Amino acid sequence: MMVSGAGAVFVRELKQAWSGGGGVSLPLGFFAGACSLTPLSLGPEADLLRAAGPGVLWIALALSSLLPMERLFQADLEDGTLDAYAGSGVALEWVAAAKTAAHWVSTGLPLALIAPVLWIMLQGPVSSMFQVALVSSIGSAAFFFFGAIGAALTAGVRRGGLLITLVALPLYCPAMIFGSAALYGAASGGDWTSPLMLTSAAALFAIACSPFAAASALRAAID
Amino acid sequence: MAIMTVFANPHRFMSVSQPFAWIFSLAGVALIFAGVYMGLFLAPADARQGDAARIMFVHVPSAWLSMFAFAFMAGASLVSLVWRHALADVAAKSAAPFGAAFTALCLTTGSIWGYPIWGTWWEWDGRMTSVLILFFIYLGYIALWQAMDTPQKASRAAAVLCLVGAVNLPIIKFSVEWWNTLHQTATFFTGDNNATYGFKAPMYVVALGYLALFGGLTLFNMRAEILLTRAEMRLQRRLALG
Repeated sequence: MMVSGAGAVFVRELKQAWSGGGGVSLPLGFFAGACSLTPLSLGPEADLLRAAGPGVLWIALALSSLLPMERLFQADLEDGTLDAYAGSGVALEWVAAAKTAAHWVSTGLPLALIAPVLWIMLQGPVSSMFQVALVSSIGSAAFFFFGAIGAALTAGVRRGGLLITLVALPLYCPAMIFGSAALYGAASGGDWTSPLMLTSAAALFAIACSPFAAASALRAAID
Repeated sequence: MAIMTVFANPHRFMSVSQPFAWIFSLAGVALIFAGVYMGLFLAPADARQGDAARIMFVHVPSAWLSMFAFAFMAGASLVSLVWRHALADVAAKSAAPFGAAFTALCLTTGSIWGYPIWGTWWEWDGRMTSVLILFFIYLGYIALWQAMDTPQKASRAAAVLCLVGAVNLPIIKFSVEWWNTLHQTATFFTGDNNATYGFKAPMYVVALGYLALFGGLTLFNMRAEILLTRAEMRLQRRLALG
């Protein structure tokens, strides 16, 4: 019952994401745009971009992950879908987990897939494209699940987007540190697996905690 | 539990808290002045840093208080989430601005201390960065309270945020051991160190003063919060009666 209910929420969210005109592509556009503006402000020297590229890519990925968060729970809260979920017998923890997972699949994974392209534009070595996609997909999971806590806390706040940033960014720190360390390792041919494992630890921690914190906040918003 | 139920009643809290608020606040100010005097005039100058090290009598206790205040808020948030204790919400909310103030004081004095000794106003070392993040969590907590329409919704959301943010406290505590960069490791409560009695006494006095001032101001803030709620309820009742 619980798991099938969560599965239904997951499928519904995916369908909505892929049918609802442009919702998925906006963070992708932001991600690409932020990375493309960097050479305009830093200057196009290849050495400088090679040195700053991994860090720029990673902060752009983190900010792009925040973009879809404002509507993650707010839309469902406003039109009453969350009330229906709450009355359906499926625990809100499952609902929060399923919604966040669906958003990560529909937005986070595409972000990770275009990351190698932006990586090359920022003069990263082509040979580490695979590592970049892997690190980005795991890191974006950490960003999405930590961001979901902020999204749930601010679901009842009109124009809570900036508030999400303030609430979620402190939680982003571990993934921020270890994810960019993995990218720098991949760029220099150095050790990238141990920071990747720490990034994965941050992602797993986020996945384990986020549904409970988010559900607790959503219950307050529904009351 | 017994203590909790005694003070669970806001009326009892209002009837007994005012003298405590005054006593704690005044004692806090007196202790801070005494401790700062001891630190500036009675304590010996540091063997290596000279008089510049005297700022530690302001800096170190404010760091303790910045973490203590958040731990206090996290405890109150837990009580509020588990037992739906109205006074716990008020306590956590009232403590936040003072916790943020101690964090800001800690960061500022640390920066002022860092310039002559380390040669830099700011360095992205583990301890400083994690305390800066604590400051942002305080700001997010305060902003969340202000953004919500009703106190009921705000209290739940703020309590969840506070408990999640408490993850940062052990990170601050152990940051100097995990990332051994610039900030010195803990020397104060370890047995073998050169922090002699002359250094320790002013530090304890200032810390005690901060703690008392924090308690007193938080009590004043809680009283103001409760009075505000009462005034609003009275206003609504009057409006309802026409």
